[in-house]
Amino acid sequence: MAKMASKTKQGPGAVVSVALTAALLALMALLLWRMQAGIKDVYIMKITRLCAINITLALAMNLINGFTGIFSLGHAGFMAVGAYATALLTIPASNKAMMFMIAPLVKPLDTLTLPFPAALITGGLLAALAAYLIGMPCLRLRGDYLAIATLGFSEIIRVLIMNAQPLTNGAMGLRSIPANATVAWTYGVALFTIVFMALLTTSSYGRALKAIRDDEIAAESMGVPLFNHKMLSFMLSAFFAGVGGGLLAAYNGTIGQDMFRVTMTYNILMIVVMGGMGSISGSVISAFVVTIGQEWLRFLDGPITVGRFHTDGVVGLRMVVFAALLLIIIVFFRNGLFGTKEATWSGVWRSFGKLRGLGKRGEAA
Amino acid sequence: MSAIIQHLANALSVGSLYALMAIGYTMVYGVLRLINFAHGEIFMMAMYIVFFGLTMFLMPWYVSFIVAILLTAALGVAAERLAYRPLRDAPRISILISAIAVSYFLQNLATVLFGGRPLTFPQVPLFTSMIDVGGARISRLLILTPAVTAILLIALQYLLKRTKTGMAMRAVARDYDAARLMGVDLNRTIAMTFFIGSSLAGVGAIMWGMKYPQIIPTVGAMPGVKCFIAAVLGGIGSVAGAVVGGLALGIAEVLIVAAAPALAGYRDAFAFVLLIIVLLVKPTGLLGEKTTEKV
Amino acid sequence: MTRKVLEVNNVTMQFGGLIAVNNLTMSADYQEIVALIGPNGAGKTTAFNMITGVYRPTVGHVALNKENITGMRPDRIAQRGMARTFQNIRLFKALTVLDNVVIAQHLRLKSNWLASTLRLPRYNAENRLMYERAEELLTYMGLWDVRGEISSSLPYGAQRKLEIARALATQPTMLLLDEPAAGMNPAESRELTGLIQGVRDHFKLTILLIEHHMDVVMDISDRIYVLDYGNLIAVGSPAEIQANDAVIQAYLGVDEDEA
Repeated sequence: MAKMASKTKQGPGAVVSVALTAALLALMALLLWRMQAGIKDVYIMKITRLCAINITLALAMNLINGFTGIFSLGHAGFMAVGAYATALLTIPASNKAMMFMIAPLVKPLDTLTLPFPAALITGGLLAALAAYLIGMPCLRLRGDYLAIATLGFSEIIRVLIMNAQPLTNGAMGLRSIPANATVAWTYGVALFTIVFMALLTTSSYGRALKAIRDDEIAAESMGVPLFNHKMLSFMLSAFFAGVGGGLLAAYNGTIGQDMFRVTMTYNILMIVVMGGMGSISGSVISAFVVTIGQEWLRFLDGPITVGRFHTDGVVGLRMVVFAALLLIIIVFFRNGLFGTKEATWSGVWRSFGKLRGLGKRGEAA
Repeated sequence: MSAIIQHLANALSVGSLYALMAIGYTMVYGVLRLINFAHGEIFMMAMYIVFFGLTMFLMPWYVSFIVAILLTAALGVAAERLAYRPLRDAPRISILISAIAVSYFLQNLATVLFGGRPLTFPQVPLFTSMIDVGGARISRLLILTPAVTAILLIALQYLLKRTKTGMAMRAVARDYDAARLMGVDLNRTIAMTFFIGSSLAGVGAIMWGMKYPQIIPTVGAMPGVKCFIAAVLGGIGSVAGAVVGGLALGIAEVLIVAAAPALAGYRDAFAFVLLIIVLLVKPTGLLGEKTTEKV
Repeated sequence: MTRKVLEVNNVTMQFGGLIAVNNLTMSADYQEIVALIGPNGAGKTTAFNMITGVYRPTVGHVALNKENITGMRPDRIAQRGMARTFQNIRLFKALTVLDNVVIAQHLRLKSNWLASTLRLPRYNAENRLMYERAEELLTYMGLWDVRGEISSSLPYGAQRKLEIARALATQPTMLLLDEPAAGMNPAESRELTGLIQGVRDHFKLTILLIEHHMDVVMDISDRIYVLDYGNLIAVGSPAEIQANDAVIQAYLGVDEDEA
């Protein structure tokens, strides 16, 4: 894949550097995989895998919100579709029978199980189908209306899940989902998503999406069919959100409709915004920073002693601090880490140069 | 017969609650073109403030109500000052994201301050005792809610039409740049808009709490989104539209469930279906004005 | 033999109670440069928007190369060979000069999204061609040296040129220019006059332009249509228009700068 990307001369830098980033991640994943046996700390491994899932989810959202400029708030819904599909297709039949107490699971799902990758892809495709149905009315709307309408549909999906007892087990949710979200799978999918997004956004279609983001009317006058391209972006975005949701289900082991409230969309949105709307490397780095940051801030929830002041621990304090930090970033650094730019390897090289030349002031500006 | 009266009174009171909160959305949208995603969380905070005022500080109900309304209004103004004003000249999406972040922050703050477990909104007998109307036993609240809403609306209309502040608000809503050039104090006017919108949300929250007494940190999310939808239904930017939209949504919700109880589980989805239909059929809402983008 | 590239028949555009364009009929022959002039608010840009599909005319028909395009979506019309520039410059502001011109060729791409994302050989060939054409166009317009700049950072005159380059990149047969000389000084607008004629000959184009600079209009137009309050008040060669009483009447009181 990386070779394929570097062969294309266009979009100088971006493709090559994203490919290099992907290679770096692949290397990291390989290391992790080798280390997995060695690391006894289950907790660290758990967070590491969550980082990868968040990369997939953030890139999915970045495609529509960042690259296409369509402010969609429906991702929790697409994730829910993917999560439930993956769960229902991988939970062993005997466990399903035990779980569906109020109403039995509909045929043929009650006995059907698929291999994990097939279940993930099915989840992604169903999410894309949902996006198609939702996009039909919503993608004709403008800006804010689109945001609220997609948010609405995401809630409708949740309400449907809650009420469709024989399909989703309603409010009780699903348990004992096989733990397939291994390092290999989570990082494999993240890597695939990165490469796919890098190739898509630097292709002619990706350029057309950016044109739509910049000026819809001009793009349409230059022959870009708006609806059709928005739909493409929306469905691809939903596909990856569905796959990410499936991974999350396998990661968690249990899912319920309550997980897929708007807050879930906001969580992912915050990763995208922090990294920069329209930056792949930004989303990747931000997924790590936010996921690990939230864990690192966990000390805030425990007992704290500052001088003579002491608390026994306030549960949830870290999320408040985290939210406050986000707010500060949004207000003062509104373009996030990278804006629409990518972290390029030449850029990394240049910052090393700057570091070396730090003695001579003024040069950096 | 008594069942019908009960349903109608219920519909009217739910509708007026939606209307109260929809006004906050529509006013802020009018001056800033912003969906104030944090409006639902402001509403949620008001419920907690009343709860603690009554149960912890043992205030008389009227004191706790006034304190809650004032604090809620102050919270709305603070959000504007800290999170929206610095982004006023930024692309609209930045300020929208900031609003989402404020909502996220307030939800988390409420979880830390008040805990995630549900609390029960205290009942004030003056408002919640039952009375007889045409043979039906209904809560006083069902009569009081529309009445309070009506009084507040009249006051708001007076404020918007007759006072200098109100006229400034309308001027900013009509043409932001022209209003600035004409010497309208934008900061003050926008702050006032948030003050009024948030205090109405405070009033709404109090009556909501007496009707649906469960308080959790996410309690504002669903009413928040629904009331924004109500504002869009009526035509965003128009106060009269917000009232019409709020009433229409509340009445539709209650009556559909009354007519087809099997759909009760889907109640929260009605608003969205209605929204999509309105946006597709008449995107400017029931009372909105048509605008076309200049090419 | 002349071939009609653009035909506008009895077109009316009504916004609520306001009639912006009233029963307009006009045409442009192959390789002709036609100007649409008139005082501010005469309905010129509205006419453009109807021709390019941004607005659907209330009444009437528009045809491009004998094909009825009335009420067609702008992207479909662009695909059929109509390109335009905008009065208040609508470049893809955050993108580079080169990207602006490359994107405008997207409508000619035959590969689908999957083939493009997978970089199949056919896509790579098409993509290479897009960049070659972009280089050709930018060189022709004298913008090749600034290809890497963000388009909104260019000086005003260069932005207008880039809009023309972008329009040409769609490979049109009919080019609509909405006030190409707006904001230009006399030297720049003289250069533009040469450029427009050059573009017409080089790309075998038919051109319709809206312009306020009368020297530009009189210099390059083969035929001029004059609109006033949505009504067509005169048609003719530059010499005929300059002598037309109704036109002089319409422009009376409009100051020199605009007329």
